[in-house]
Amino acid sequence: MTKPKTERGFSRLTATAAVMPAANVDTDVIMPKQFLKGIDRAGLARGLFHDMRFDADGSPDPAFLLNRPGFEDCRILVTGPNFGCGSSREHAVWGMLQYGIRAIIGTSFAGIFADNAANNGLLLISLDEEAHGRLAAYLAARHTALTIDLEAENIMVDDLVLPFAIDPRRRRAIMLGLDRIGETLAHADAIRAFQTDYLAAAPWLA
Amino acid sequence: MPSSRTLYDKIIDRHRVTPLNDIEGPGEQLLLYIDRTVLNEYTSPQAFSGLREAGRKVWRPEAALGVVDHVNSTAPDRTATAPDADAQRQIDYFARNGRDFGIEMYDVLHPRQGIEHVVLPELGWVVPGLVIAAGDSHTTTYGAFGSVGFGIGTSDIEHLLATQTLPYTRLKSMRVTIDGAVAPGVTAKDMVMAVIRSIGAAGAHGHALELAGDAVRALGIEGRMTICNMAVECGARVALIEPDEAVVDYLAGRPKAPKGELLEQARRAWTGLRSDDGARFDRDVRIEARDIAPMVSWGTSPDQALPIDGTIPDPAALPEAERRDAERAIAYMGLQPGMALEAVTIDRAFIGSCTNARLTDLRAAAEILKGRQVAPGVRAMISPGSSTVRREAEAEGLDAIFTAAGFEWRQSGCSLCLAMNDDVLAPGERCASSTNRNFEGRQGSGGRTHLMSPAMVAAAAVAGHLADVRRMPRS
Repeated sequence: MTKPKTERGFSRLTATAAVMPAANVDTDVIMPKQFLKGIDRAGLARGLFHDMRFDADGSPDPAFLLNRPGFEDCRILVTGPNFGCGSSREHAVWGMLQYGIRAIIGTSFAGIFADNAANNGLLLISLDEEAHGRLAAYLAARHTALTIDLEAENIMVDDLVLPFAIDPRRRRAIMLGLDRIGETLAHADAIRAFQTDYLAAAPWLA
Repeated sequence: MPSSRTLYDKIIDRHRVTPLNDIEGPGEQLLLYIDRTVLNEYTSPQAFSGLREAGRKVWRPEAALGVVDHVNSTAPDRTATAPDADAQRQIDYFARNGRDFGIEMYDVLHPRQGIEHVVLPELGWVVPGLVIAAGDSHTTTYGAFGSVGFGIGTSDIEHLLATQTLPYTRLKSMRVTIDGAVAPGVTAKDMVMAVIRSIGAAGAHGHALELAGDAVRALGIEGRMTICNMAVECGARVALIEPDEAVVDYLAGRPKAPKGELLEQARRAWTGLRSDDGARFDRDVRIEARDIAPMVSWGTSPDQALPIDGTIPDPAALPEAERRDAERAIAYMGLQPGMALEAVTIDRAFIGSCTNARLTDLRAAAEILKGRQVAPGVRAMISPGSSTVRREAEAEGLDAIFTAAGFEWRQSGCSLCLAMNDDVLAPGERCASSTNRNFEGRQGSGGRTHLMSPAMVAAAAVAGHLADVRRMPRS
């Protein structure tokens, strides 16, 4: 009845990272409209960055970063500011996870996208511009894996160690895969009591 | 609790069921009571499936209303059958979810069908002081009524339906004040596009954005909706305008609005819904209304926009951080640096969307189109914001002006704003559009979008190229 929706919790992740520095990458680009017409979550790995990843005939565009040799096992994106802006479509986050992306490191993420990520166990890490710039420059110069340690709250790549901060509730959700609705329903009596008082004071809303 | 509070903080305080951490101010986590939601057929299906799988009920079915808007046809002679089988499955599942969970649903042929953020206000269901969360980013629209509206994803729709609450983190506060009065030909759309251009696509990131100043107060409710709607394009999760008598006047006689003694009681409660003098904003920006000109976007982010008398920027002259994105945008848009915006020819013209397809928007377009013709080779269409708007426009004879000018007079839906139905740009087609997003592929893979006001779309349709509405006198 209250089974966790995310059973992919992790505390440490080591994987190839791809640097995508563009600002304001929107969810229309992350998951185009033709992949939004299901009533379930299936089939979204193909949709991820679809119009940039594939040519008009459906074959992979060799110029797109994730299609290049060495990025087959990419599990981490290093992105530009305001990543995930635009539409609320959670399909963008579902597609990331189905493709295999487990974490995104940027300087800022659009609000709805960040909430959707938290609700699905996709780790978002916000670094300040200086630290982000060092990481992006380091990764651009060489192809190497990086490690994210959620317990220690740092990113490690070779000798470069970058600390980060994450909201404790979001960190716990990533590590344990929590049932957020079940947690809220533990407050059901408080919600009921609030609602009764609230609607009594604002009868035009009852 | 501080003695001087912003409007945003007052509304959040009033909806706090219980705190979830010990922080006061921005970063406070709390369980937030949600007054109302609106559902659509494309972001809600997995939420209902989640409720079924967990054996959960909807906490307060009367606090939700569903409207089919994203995938339906806008053909003038449309039927209950959707443009394609996938759309039909979403529409059918949506109707079933309404029946099974006891939620009122407007199907494609319902007389009040339309775009969710047009339908809710015209029902009178959006009143001051509410918190409305919904599975669409343009839920910020409800700030026009002095209500906190914000977009959520499907997991949070499920959470809201199951609990009538959401775990919430209090935002920082930001205020943009637009002083003075705008010049003739300048609309709410130009004002919000100027704000977005001024502060950037992430300029209000992490903030609740209050819009203030004489130029904002002078707008009607529909213009205020345009501004709050598009505030999400500068990263604002919430947009707010202090409610005044114009809101009360707007609500009068609407089917779901409070009436009689209840309305009087509500009015008394609403008088405190304003930011206190001395309330602290984390950011405070002022813009002079007289500096705002009719705006058009040239790139693929809503902040890549300029006054219509401008030229396509030279990326080499831009700050380094913007250069690469500008180069990519100019290439995608098929433009050249230094080109005059007014020299950009168009293939399509579209008036529609939750941003700009209400009755005042249609009237503004009709003033330009009366007695004029759409340029040869341009396909022009209007999709009214709702079926109600469509009827009201027809009662005024606007449809006759549009069709005489060569515009297609279509049914209501999100339509070409995001092209989830069969209203799509072909690759390379260029569209003058009254919508909200010029993202790559937004209106169709390879399609090119220029955002502008409905009157500016009308002017471009007539000219065949981006055009300055101020030089096209109204009839």
